[in-house]
Amino acid sequence: MSRNLIIGAALTLVFIALAAVSFIWTPAEIETLDIPNKLQGPNGTNPLGTDHFGRDILSMIMMGARTSIAVALVAVGIGMALGVPLGLLAAARHGSMLDELIMRGNDLVFAFPSLVIAILITAVFGASAVNAIIAIGIFNIPVFARLTRGAALPLWERDFILAARVCGKSAARISVEHILPNITNLMIVQGTIQFSLGILAEAALSYIGLGAQPPTASWGRMLADAQTLVSIAPHTALIPGFAILLMVLGLNLMGDGLRDWLDPRIRVART
Amino acid sequence: MIRYALGRLTSLIISLIVASVVIFAVIEVIPGDPAAFMLGVNARPDTIAALRAEMGLDQPLITRYLDWVTGLLRGDFGQSWTYKTPVSELINDRIWVSLPLAIYALILSTLIAFPAGIYAASRRGGAGDVTIMGATQLGVAIPNFWFAMILVLIFAINLRWFSAGGFPGWSDPFQALKSLTLPAIALALPQAAILARVMRSSLLDMLGEDFIRTARAKGLSRRQALWKHAVRNALIPVLTIIGLQFSFLLAGGIIIEQVFFLPGLGRLIFQSISARDLIVVESVVMLLVFTVIMVNFLVDLAYAAVDPRLRTKA
Repeated sequence: MSRNLIIGAALTLVFIALAAVSFIWTPAEIETLDIPNKLQGPNGTNPLGTDHFGRDILSMIMMGARTSIAVALVAVGIGMALGVPLGLLAAARHGSMLDELIMRGNDLVFAFPSLVIAILITAVFGASAVNAIIAIGIFNIPVFARLTRGAALPLWERDFILAARVCGKSAARISVEHILPNITNLMIVQGTIQFSLGILAEAALSYIGLGAQPPTASWGRMLADAQTLVSIAPHTALIPGFAILLMVLGLNLMGDGLRDWLDPRIRVART
Repeated sequence: MIRYALGRLTSLIISLIVASVVIFAVIEVIPGDPAAFMLGVNARPDTIAALRAEMGLDQPLITRYLDWVTGLLRGDFGQSWTYKTPVSELINDRIWVSLPLAIYALILSTLIAFPAGIYAASRRGGAGDVTIMGATQLGVAIPNFWFAMILVLIFAINLRWFSAGGFPGWSDPFQALKSLTLPAIALALPQAAILARVMRSSLLDMLGEDFIRTARAKGLSRRQALWKHAVRNALIPVLTIIGLQFSFLLAGGIIIEQVFFLPGLGRLIFQSISARDLIVVESVVMLLVFTVIMVNFLVDLAYAAVDPRLRTKA
């Protein structure tokens, strides 16, 4: 196992643990405002200080981790649940009209950056964490569809698939029973990378007010709140930013590490 | 080449048509009555009726769509509901902030990424390579709007080298560029990190090719082989990424504009969303999507012009 994988997994686990613990315990209540105690630097009672409402920043970070992870994870789930079957279908019907239709549809979705999708959705339905999930999720679909199709196509040429066809298995059964298990590793690696992009996208959307709405804690919102206070209380801006940076860094390192670990060919090629 | 270009052109046109239908449907069909939506819950029925007539909502869907699209083709983006001015004027005022910002960021990103990527590849496995690759890991993970806030904290608030936000207009080009510098750096950094990684891996692929061995065998030094043969060939995939980055920079600028209070397209979109000025949102989104599709098309063509293998494959 590489150093990347260990460091990345450790960082990711820290944030997952913070999010998990926040369900049963946080150092302070984030719903209660304590204005006299606002903008305190790190101290004994508030290890990471307080924000402009006097709320404990560590507790906000823990609750924010929950929002980030939930949004990014569900968005990856949407992308996989719709993208992988589409990619499998396109590969199984390679060269057909259906294949062409799916791939051109993918190109079209790619023309809408996730931010633009989010803008469209929020313009009509209003801003919320759910709409952020949908926007990021839609953006993930073509990523997984393309990757699945690209990985599945060479597999269809292999002898073991031919054997399965000779046995009379349908294309759908072959896709599920033989193609899918062979591309799982690839999906795990890409899932990790899309997860990290999802964290960044969620932060960006809630920063500009298109994501999670108050009182739901979110790292992006914390940064938006801190923006005007950056000169008098820099810690309010620095801490949520570092949280995003470390979480994304952890996921990226984990993705790189997983790729090397799961695919021995890369390990050989890299040395 | 002409057949390839025609094929790409056909799919470009189809993409644009489908994209416009999707945007039209999301903005004008899904919310029910756009006029009632734009005016909010307390609007009087006669006000809604007046706006419906003004927006041409009494026309059938297909007529409205065709009106909108033919308008777009003529450069007529419709009339803004809140500003009472043509949308094209609103866009024209703001595009001269958003577009230069994206181009500025693209130039910066290339200027950072090329030397970094080439240096890392030529010192593969060495301390320089490890440092640069570590830095790109950080660059990819930093949210650009947070990086922008840090830049403001250091260079605007503490050092006072730049202003913390705002845009003075192009009457003084130096001041205008100066006010776009911090936003452009913030926007460029993550893209530069990606580009440097692509540059490095593309160059490493090239350095493993037979023609590099041939070049070395005929007596070129490592450095000569690198610059004369490897870098030039490695540029092809890198140029593709640069093309694709432009659309990310244009869309990403929407967020960075918020940090620096720049009066660009991003500001226009958010003001229009909160004012429920759907016509403006619709046109600006279409403009962004059009740019992305167009840039991808041009990149495809440029790529095919440089690499003949692609033409035959298509």
